[in-house]
Amino acid sequence: MGLLRSLMGRSRPVQANLDALFGVPSAAITLQTSIGLVPTGDGAVCYRAPAGSGFAQAQADMVELLESASDAPQIRVTQDGFGYSWLEVDHPPYDPVAGDLGGLCTDLHAVNTTLEGAGFGPSLLCSLIPFADATGRSVGLVYLYKQGTFYAFAPAPGGAQERDNLLEIQIRDALDGELPVERDLSRWLALWGAPGL
Amino acid sequence: MARSRFVGDPGLTARMTLVMFLLGGVFVALIAALMAIFASSSSGGVGIAMLIGLAGIGVAVYQWYSSDTVAMKAMRAREVTPQQAPELHAMIDRLCTMADMPKPRVGIADTSVPNAFATGRSPERAVVCVTTGILGMLTAEELEGVLAHELSHVAHRDVLVMTVASSAGIAAGMLTQGAQYGMFFGGLGGNRGRDNNNNGLPIWLLVLVVSLVVYAVSFVLLRLLSRYREMSADRAGAYLTMKPAALASALQKISGEINTIPQKDLRQVSAASALCIAPAVAGVSLKTLTSTHPSLEQRLEQLAGIQAELGRPTR
Repeated sequence: MGLLRSLMGRSRPVQANLDALFGVPSAAITLQTSIGLVPTGDGAVCYRAPAGSGFAQAQADMVELLESASDAPQIRVTQDGFGYSWLEVDHPPYDPVAGDLGGLCTDLHAVNTTLEGAGFGPSLLCSLIPFADATGRSVGLVYLYKQGTFYAFAPAPGGAQERDNLLEIQIRDALDGELPVERDLSRWLALWGAPGL
Repeated sequence: MARSRFVGDPGLTARMTLVMFLLGGVFVALIAALMAIFASSSSGGVGIAMLIGLAGIGVAVYQWYSSDTVAMKAMRAREVTPQQAPELHAMIDRLCTMADMPKPRVGIADTSVPNAFATGRSPERAVVCVTTGILGMLTAEELEGVLAHELSHVAHRDVLVMTVASSAGIAAGMLTQGAQYGMFFGGLGGNRGRDNNNNGLPIWLLVLVVSLVVYAVSFVLLRLLSRYREMSADRAGAYLTMKPAALASALQKISGEINTIPQKDLRQVSAASALCIAPAVAGVSLKTLTSTHPSLEQRLEQLAGIQAELGRPTR
């Protein structure tokens, strides 16, 4: 059906797949025990903001919803150089002993469902959950909405635009079986300058 | 309840289906006419004509199979790595992730004509190529709109569709040439005319007329199909970037620029014109029938409709 549709020039925008996001809290514990990476407690959603009042309204609704919670996180919306918007959700720093990423995941999921409910599901690109280890190096766990898979993005220390591929693969192997991991390495987008990294 | 802002265009789909159906009909008509002509003559000509027809299809298959390398060579484009063109690659990376499609190879052609094209026999073997002219002229956002349009061509397998659609025309074109040779040799051979001549009209003349008619009809239909495919790619591209306005302003810039470019540059690129974002041929007569691309007004109108749908308030 998909092939026929594309042959007829009727391809549709791909809808986002939100299911796998709730596996993140347990995956965070695995990363902490096996590699020593601790979540920073923050998170961000990257999406395409269409022009027009429809989207502006959906985005305002979304921010209002997040800020109405009792332990409301700080919300910030920024634009990156590629024309994508990042909605940053800032929670207080994560407690390595008793911490739980459940709240963050609920927030991220609320963002996604609001956008989807307003008809902007195809505009979601990825979600980023930053981690850091004791030496201060940071790694992002990235969720690709269209594929429904995770991968790690680890900028090499030193500030140059280089990736620590060994660490990324190590994280993939640690999370294999716990989360759906992205097998196709060419889909491991580089997200330079992403918030929280 | 999640709803979609994607609105289909049943009219466009219906027209496209009709044109594809007619192109198939033209192909069948060509074969049927050839069979009828040769059945009445019972000569060895059937074999030759079938051979020529098969050769025509072979040419079409070859064009499709080698479309990436041929088009890249025709445009004098070179493939670039992510290190050589990081921003272009990053843009395409993101668009392919949004569209959930494999990433094509990326090429840059060194010409001042602002254009972009996509080619390759399958989405896995596709190439998306931009010219240095378009890189210099468009803003990042407009360039992204153009790339999304080209990626939609890849996703719609337009190279395959257009090649299959044009195979009747190619076969008819080769038959026309074959028939001319046949007439020539038939005329020279004098007495060999017994094969050709048992029902009054020389057989090669019949073949010539039939294949010319088929060629002309399929030419017009092909151009029509090409315009519909462009409209589809515009739609899909605009929904992918969610910014129809960026593609619209890119189209305005490009078509304005292309019409004012001197003729000399235009001839160099006309071979690959059917696959480009805007046709690199200046205005000709019979424009509405024979142009490979829809008019700028039509394209802008469609993009405005998409813009309205995306901007519609939620409540």
